[in-house]
Amino acid sequence: MRQAVLKEDGGNTAHGDAPDSVASAPGQGDTTLPHTGAMQYAPKTDPFLSPAGWMTLAILALITLVIVPSLFVFVPEQSPFHVSAFTVTLVGKIMCYCIVAVAMNLVWGYAGILSLGHGVFFALGGYAFGMYLMRQIGRDGQYQSDLPDFMVFLDWKEYPWQWAFTDHFLWALLLVVLVPGVLAFVFGFFAFRSRIKGVYFSIITQAMTFAFMLLFFRNETGFGGNNGFTDFKRILGFPITEPPMRATLFALSAAALIGSALLSRYLIRSKTGRILTAIRDSESRLMFSGYNPLWYKLFVWTLSAVICGIAGALYVPQVGIINPSEMSPANSIEIAVWVAVGGRGTIVGPILGASAVNGAKSFFTQSFPEYWLFFLGALFILVTLFMPKGIVGLAAQVRKLLRKERASEQSG
Amino acid sequence: MNSQVEDGVNPSGSTTGLGHVVGDSVDVSHGPILYLDDITVSFDGFKALNRLTITVDVGELRCVIGPNGAGKTTMMDVITGKTRPDEGTAYFGQTIDLTRLTEPQIADAGIGRKFQKPTVFENHTVFENLELAMKADKRVFASLRARRTTDEIDRIVDIMQTIDLLPQADIAAGLLSHGQKQWLEIGMLLMQEPQLLLLDEPVAGMTDEETAKTAQLFKSLAGERSIVVVEHDMEFISEIAATVTVLHEGSVLAEGPMDVVQSDERVIEVYLGR
Repeated sequence: MRQAVLKEDGGNTAHGDAPDSVASAPGQGDTTLPHTGAMQYAPKTDPFLSPAGWMTLAILALITLVIVPSLFVFVPEQSPFHVSAFTVTLVGKIMCYCIVAVAMNLVWGYAGILSLGHGVFFALGGYAFGMYLMRQIGRDGQYQSDLPDFMVFLDWKEYPWQWAFTDHFLWALLLVVLVPGVLAFVFGFFAFRSRIKGVYFSIITQAMTFAFMLLFFRNETGFGGNNGFTDFKRILGFPITEPPMRATLFALSAAALIGSALLSRYLIRSKTGRILTAIRDSESRLMFSGYNPLWYKLFVWTLSAVICGIAGALYVPQVGIINPSEMSPANSIEIAVWVAVGGRGTIVGPILGASAVNGAKSFFTQSFPEYWLFFLGALFILVTLFMPKGIVGLAAQVRKLLRKERASEQSG
Repeated sequence: MNSQVEDGVNPSGSTTGLGHVVGDSVDVSHGPILYLDDITVSFDGFKALNRLTITVDVGELRCVIGPNGAGKTTMMDVITGKTRPDEGTAYFGQTIDLTRLTEPQIADAGIGRKFQKPTVFENHTVFENLELAMKADKRVFASLRARRTTDEIDRIVDIMQTIDLLPQADIAAGLLSHGQKQWLEIGMLLMQEPQLLLLDEPVAGMTDEETAKTAQLFKSLAGERSIVVVEHDMEFISEIAATVTVLHEGSVLAEGPMDVVQSDERVIEVYLGR
């Protein structure tokens, strides 16, 4: 059945092919199934991952969760096998970006909702955990006060309300998920209910992240104004710059990345995943088939924001700073570039894209800092024009090109 | 009738004032399944529908014709909740007030709609298209847990046989021919198990043979389901229709069997005579 070719007169294939395969079906394997005749027409469900996929995943997990952290912590610095703190931090940071790309791909790649404001969810997760990190500084700040330095500087006498309970680790973790989640839910509810779509939706998300950036720039907001949070000392009492903590954060980032990729895979294989792509392709058809797109969009949108928040919370202790520039519109656009470069609508694409672009970024900003933005802009234009399916689609594109060339040679 | 209202379990659990969506069955105890009364819709002063009144009986196969701009598509928009009428009432059965429900709620209540331009999910296979349209709990978390049962697969295969797309089960809908897409969309409506089907130009772009097959299909469906067809193809209409309604400038100009309507002076003047 699978090789049945599309023909204008479906009649011929139907009569020639179908009874044949029905007759042959009981001969092979699953003879116990009473519905073999019908079952063969059901699309074969792909396995969650292919054996090779599981193998790759296991190897990557082993490297990121065990090998790299141990080489960093236990192997002495003189040894050629030692992994430097620089590498661990850089890769850890890029893995956080990869998580954001995976989250972005959920809404853009599958549901077709282009967000240009995902940076705000990332930053809010970072700020939520940052508050806990600031509390952990204790009296070790410059002013030896119970309050963070910036509050002493502003002559504040006590913590403002939004800092309540942030000295509790678990409350901080809850905020990491809750703040981006609630913001996304409320924002999404009104936007999707008003049926704001396409470029209009992208523009208001861009406006949202810009508004939040301005809000967080203000000292009165209570999050350190334009300096944000920095100078972190400890997590749960353990020093944050020591190798064991760095290795732990690295491994946690890797685990979160693997987890979010597997979650995407699960979601996309479910009927909900097929409905999300149906929203992307023909929302009105879906609506008249009895689905309310509002809840599907809201679900994936909120989930994506929560994943971004978690990425932000892992990012901040590794880079040691969070400030409102993380909410700048350009940052959110960059997230979209990562996904486009890697290939949207695939699981590995966004991860490849985020790694490649950020790898290039750290190279450029070290060697030719002034050209980075030009390079990024050119990359986005070139990818959109010549690689609509990103890095992931490149192999298929090349194959097609070669085939065409061969065909033209033969005909010529 | 009352017990039916109380016992009815609606997958989306929606009750909106008079717009009760009740179980599998629409209350048609008084005859008509669709009842539009005095519907007026205006866009910037232009009256797309002007005090339109139309009723469709259970099991009826009704054709609606009319020149361009007569209000055929707007009428479908009102019935399916896409456009809210400025005035007038629209009832599905006795109890469901269509002007109070959203598009998905109306679809859930049992009205299926085929668009003028065939609209299918182009990146999904034929099988998946039908699966998505299937009557089921269509909320997010139910869809997340949903697994294909053999019964469901049987039903999908049944419909694929009906619409002659069984060999194309695994093919992306975007690759089908125009006529096949029309059939797939009709198949998707059937999967919804609607009480009332609204079909906007279902045979446009079909070959004569396909058109004849479609007519057969509609005739076999009428009786258990009610069907409203908007068409321009006169041959097709005379082949299937019991009753024809002619719309003109947003209201009903004439209604009756094809031959009576065809000989109506006013109809000839506005439509057939051109």
